[in-house]
Amino acid sequence: MATKSICLYFQVHQPNRLRLYRFFDIGKDSHYYDDFANRTILRRVAQKCYLPMNQLMLELINQYKGKFKIAYSISGSALDQFQRFAPEVIDSFRALAATGRVEFLAETYYHSLASLGSDSEFKQQVAKHAAKIEELFGVQPTAFRNTELIYSNSIGEIVYEMGYKTMLTEGARHILGWESPNYVYTGETQPRLKLLLRNASLSDDIAFRFSNKDWNMYPLTAAKYVTWMKDSVKEGDIVNLFMDYETFGEHQSADSGIFDFMRELPAAVLADGTFNFVTPSEATKKYKAVADMPVEDPISWADEERDITAWLGNELQSEAFKKVYAMKEKLAIVNDPDLNDDWGHLQESDHFYYMCTKFFSDGEVHKYFNPYDTPYEAFINYMNVISDFQIRLDEKRAALDVKETVNEERNQAPAKKVVRKKAAKK
Amino acid sequence: MRVLMFGWEFPPHIAGGLGTACEGIVKGLAYNGVETLFVMPSASGDEDQSATTIINASDVAVDTVSETVEEYLDKVKFIHIGSNMVPYADPEEFGRLIEEEKRRQVKDFSISYGQKFKFSGKYGANLMEEVARYAMVGGTIALQRKDDFDVIHAHDWLTYYAGIAAKELTGKPLVIHVHATSFDRGSVDNIDTRVFAIEQKGMQIADRVVTVSDLTRNTVINRYGIDPAKVVTVHNAVDFSGRENLVVERGVKEPVVTFLGRITYQKGPEYFIEAAAKVLKRTKNVRFVMAGSGDMMNRAIRHAARLGISDRFHFTGFLRGVDVQKMFALSDVYIMPSISEPFGISPLEAMRTGVPSIISKQSGAAEVLQYAFKVDFWDVDAMADDIYGLLSYPALADFSARMGYDEVNALKWNGATAKLKKVYESVVK
Repeated sequence: MATKSICLYFQVHQPNRLRLYRFFDIGKDSHYYDDFANRTILRRVAQKCYLPMNQLMLELINQYKGKFKIAYSISGSALDQFQRFAPEVIDSFRALAATGRVEFLAETYYHSLASLGSDSEFKQQVAKHAAKIEELFGVQPTAFRNTELIYSNSIGEIVYEMGYKTMLTEGARHILGWESPNYVYTGETQPRLKLLLRNASLSDDIAFRFSNKDWNMYPLTAAKYVTWMKDSVKEGDIVNLFMDYETFGEHQSADSGIFDFMRELPAAVLADGTFNFVTPSEATKKYKAVADMPVEDPISWADEERDITAWLGNELQSEAFKKVYAMKEKLAIVNDPDLNDDWGHLQESDHFYYMCTKFFSDGEVHKYFNPYDTPYEAFINYMNVISDFQIRLDEKRAALDVKETVNEERNQAPAKKVVRKKAAKK
Repeated sequence: MRVLMFGWEFPPHIAGGLGTACEGIVKGLAYNGVETLFVMPSASGDEDQSATTIINASDVAVDTVSETVEEYLDKVKFIHIGSNMVPYADPEEFGRLIEEEKRRQVKDFSISYGQKFKFSGKYGANLMEEVARYAMVGGTIALQRKDDFDVIHAHDWLTYYAGIAAKELTGKPLVIHVHATSFDRGSVDNIDTRVFAIEQKGMQIADRVVTVSDLTRNTVINRYGIDPAKVVTVHNAVDFSGRENLVVERGVKEPVVTFLGRITYQKGPEYFIEAAAKVLKRTKNVRFVMAGSGDMMNRAIRHAARLGISDRFHFTGFLRGVDVQKMFALSDVYIMPSISEPFGISPLEAMRTGVPSIISKQSGAAEVLQYAFKVDFWDVDAMADDIYGLLSYPALADFSARMGYDEVNALKWNGATAKLKKVYESVVK
C-alpha cells in the first residue's frame, strides 16, 4: 500500500488582453479589450492544449478507475472566455468533473492581486469564483489557491475565515531554508489552515525543462521522473506538482513528447507502488502537518525571487495598482454591473506583469507572455484605459447625486435649484 | 538676385523642421523677387517647385573638369570624417538606423572621378560620409551653374561643407544659416566635437551668418567665437496658407495642457511634469499630455508615475500627420519648456490653432511672440501659475488665444525673407 502521494494541480488562466487604447480614445470609446487577439489566442490554446489534454486526462482517469486524480484551478476570466469563444472546452471540463476524480480549486475570479489591494474585494472575488465553479461543475471548492500562489500569514488568515482549510502555495526556498516542501504545513498565525507547498524543482522539470535539449537530463521519461520523485520524497510525504496547464501542448509543444510523457506517468507511478495520487483536499486530510510556516512578506511562485516583484516591483506598477484600487469605494456606491465587470478585468494580474522591468533574470519568461514591446507601453495603455474608466465612474457617481437631489427636492418643496457646472469648452 | 541654396530636406518628405523652414524661405524669397536653385541630397520629384528649382544631388556626377579629385579635396579642405553619427536621432532610433544601413548593404563609398552618389538624404548612420560627399557634389554643381547665381546660402551644418566648397570653387559669397547649434542638441559638456568643428568652420569662412534668433546669435558669437559684425538675426516665420483648423470631437471633458515635441533633455520635459504635479495639487479639473517620443520618454513616464499623477498625465507616443493637428485642436494650453531652443515653431502652430501658449525664455520664439506667456524653463512655480491662470480665468485664456492667433498670422516669411535679401545684398558687390 502506497504511503506517499503525488498531488497534481494545473492552473488554467487566460487574461483579457487590452487593445491599443490611445489618449484620443479616452472619454469616447469604452471598449477596452482586444477581442481578436483574445479569441485567437484562446482558440489556439484550446486546440493545442485544453482540448487534447482534457481528453487525455479523462482517458487516464477512466483507465485507472479512480487511482489517477488531478486538480484544476480555472480563473473566472478564463471561464468567461471559454464560454464566449470555445464552449467545447467547458464541456470537456464538465466531463472531467463528472468522473468525481477531479478537484476544482477556489481562486479570485479575475486572477487578480486583490489579496494585496483590498480584503473586501478579495473576499468578493473568491465568492464570485466559487459560485461560478458550482454553477458550471456542480461542486463547491474546498481548497484555495491564490493568484500566482501568492501567500502570506495575513492572506492565510482571510482564506481560512472564508471557510477554506487547505491552501496551495510555493515551497519558497527563502522561507523553507533546508526544510522540505514535501510535507503539509500550517499557517503561522492561523494554525488550522493547512498549506501544500509546490515542489519547485520537480514541477519545473516538467513545466520549464521538459523540452530543453541542453538540459543534461534530457530527455525526461516517466520512469526517470518516478525515481526523482522517490529520491525527493525520502524526506516527506507528498510531492506537490503545481504548474500552468498551458505547459501541455502550448509551452511544451506536442512534438516534444509532453503528452506521451503524461500518458505514461500514471502507469509508471502506480507500477512502482511508492505513490498514490491525491487531490489537495485529500492530501491535507491524509497527512498531518509537521510545522507552521512563517511568511511575513508575500511569496509567490514567480521568478527567482519567489516574491511579488513581478507585479508590484517598480513605480509604474505601484502607481497603476494604487489607482485601480483607489476606485473601490466609489464603485461600491455606484454598483453598476458593467463597471464592476470592467473593473474586475482591469485587476487581472497580467496587466501588472506586462509592466515589469525585471528584464534580466527572468526576461525570457516575461517576454513570452507579454503582448507589449516595453513595460512603458503597457503602462501607458493601461493608464489610458484607467482614465476612461474613471470618467465613466465619475459620471455614474454624479448621476446618482442628481437623482438624490431630485428626490430630496420632491420631498421638501419648494425646490432649490441645483446648478451644475458644465465642463467649459470653447 | 539669384541664390544657390544648399538644404538637406524639402517638403513633403521631411524629418524635422528644417525642410519646412526652407520651403518658407524659398517661397518668401520668390515673393521678394529672389530666384533660388535649391540643392538637396535626395529629391523625390514630388517637391513643390513653384518657387524654386530643385537640383537633386543624387543625379549629379562629380565632374570637376580641370582638377583631379585630390586637388579638389585639397581646395575645399575636405576633412574625411568617420561615419556613424546622427544629429537628430535618439539612441534607440540610431540603433535601428544602423540595422537598416546594414541591411541595405551599403558599400564602401570610394570617391572616384565621374561618379554619381546615391544620397539617402536622411539623418542616418552614414551621415558624416553623406555630408562629405554632399560637399563634392555641391562643389561640382556650383561650378556647372557658375553663371546662374550671385550668392551661396547653406542651411545648418549638414550643408556647410557644400557651401564652403561652392565658395572656394566659384569665389562667390557664402551665407550660412544657423537653425540650430550643437549646444541645442546636447548639454554644454556633451556636444559632438566633430559637428562643432564643421559648424565653426562654416561660420568662419562664411561672409555672413544668419541666425534664427538673438539667442542663437549669442551662441554663435560667444561659443563659436564669431565676429558679431557678420552675424545677423532673421527670425523664423511660419506659413499657414492652406491650413484649416480641424474640428475634433473631444473625449475628455477637462481642459488639456499639451507638450508636443521630442522628449529629450533640451526640450525640458521634466519641468513640465513637475509643473503638472503642482497644478494637480490645486485642481483635478485638468489633464496633461506629453506627445512625442525620445530618449527621455521612459524616464518621463517613471517620473509621472512616481509623482502619482499618471491618471491625469498622458503619453501619446510619436504622433504623425493629422494626429499632430488633432492634438493641437484638443489642447487648451500649450507648453514649450525648452532648456535651449534656437527658435521653436510649435508654439506658433498652437497659437494658430487658438491655443494659448507658455514658452520658456530660453527659446528664440520668445523674442518674437508678445502674446505667449514666458517663463524660465527651470521655474516650475511660474509655469504652474500660468497654467492654472489660463485654466481658471477664461478671460485670460480667450484674450491670449485671440491675440496670439493674430500675432502668429502676422509672422510671414515674406517679411523675414526681405531681411534675408538685404543680407545677400550686403555681400554681393
